[in-house]
Amino acid sequence: MADNVTPRVRVPRDATAGEEITIKTLISHPMESGQRKDGDGNVIPRSIINRFTCTFNGETVIDVTLEPAISTNPYFEFQAIVPETGTFEFTWYDDDGDVYTDSKDITVG
Amino acid sequence: MKLTRRHTLMMALGSALAAVMPFRAFAAVEDNIAAFTGGAAVGSEGITLIAPEIAENGNTVPIEVNAPGAEAIIVFAAGNPTPSVATFNFGPMAASQSAATRIRLAGTQDVVAIARMPDGSFVQASQEVKVTIGGCGG
Repeated sequence: MADNVTPRVRVPRDATAGEEITIKTLISHPMESGQRKDGDGNVIPRSIINRFTCTFNGETVIDVTLEPAISTNPYFEFQAIVPETGTFEFTWYDDDGDVYTDSKDITVG
Repeated sequence: MKLTRRHTLMMALGSALAAVMPFRAFAAVEDNIAAFTGGAAVGSEGITLIAPEIAENGNTVPIEVNAPGAEAIIVFAAGNPTPSVATFNFGPMAASQSAATRIRLAGTQDVVAIARMPDGSFVQASQEVKVTIGGCGG
């Protein structure tokens, strides 16, 4: 498995009902493309995160399929609607079967 | 070595193949696009692709796609060893059908974004990005 995989997510703490908010996510991951070679000329095997999803109270916000052309430490920025108080769930799926998750609560005041 | 009829034929075949090679890389993208659109006609209105004109480092090129009302947006890098970059599927809680990320580009090439609309139509935008240092290792 990839070492030191740390998801970081930025979501506003509170919002007004129906507000559109911007979410920024970053996860530290080498995203080895399978194209590079080591010093001896051997191909370094592919090891990437192949899928990222974000849901709000179980409803999908965005579902991204990642290919090796996504940079190291995949970064995503997108917009979501917040109709009510709830939780954003973020999930990253690694090639090796690992799943990394993070969640953020948001309050509608 | 005697130049036989067989050798002459092989050489002719080889040069013909070499002439076709440059088009093969581009054909891979066309195939990928056809797989996504199912061969449907692709329009050009209603999608924006924001990418830098010049990227100094091909390892992290920031791009942004925006297609109001789209179901999904797929991004290709025409000159990469594997042209597919990412597919964004938008759910009911997405406020706008836009997303920003960072991609790898092997060299100067066109970046293509295609959006699928709920009515089954497709729109496309593309931009050339000049890359100073390629991002595919070596």
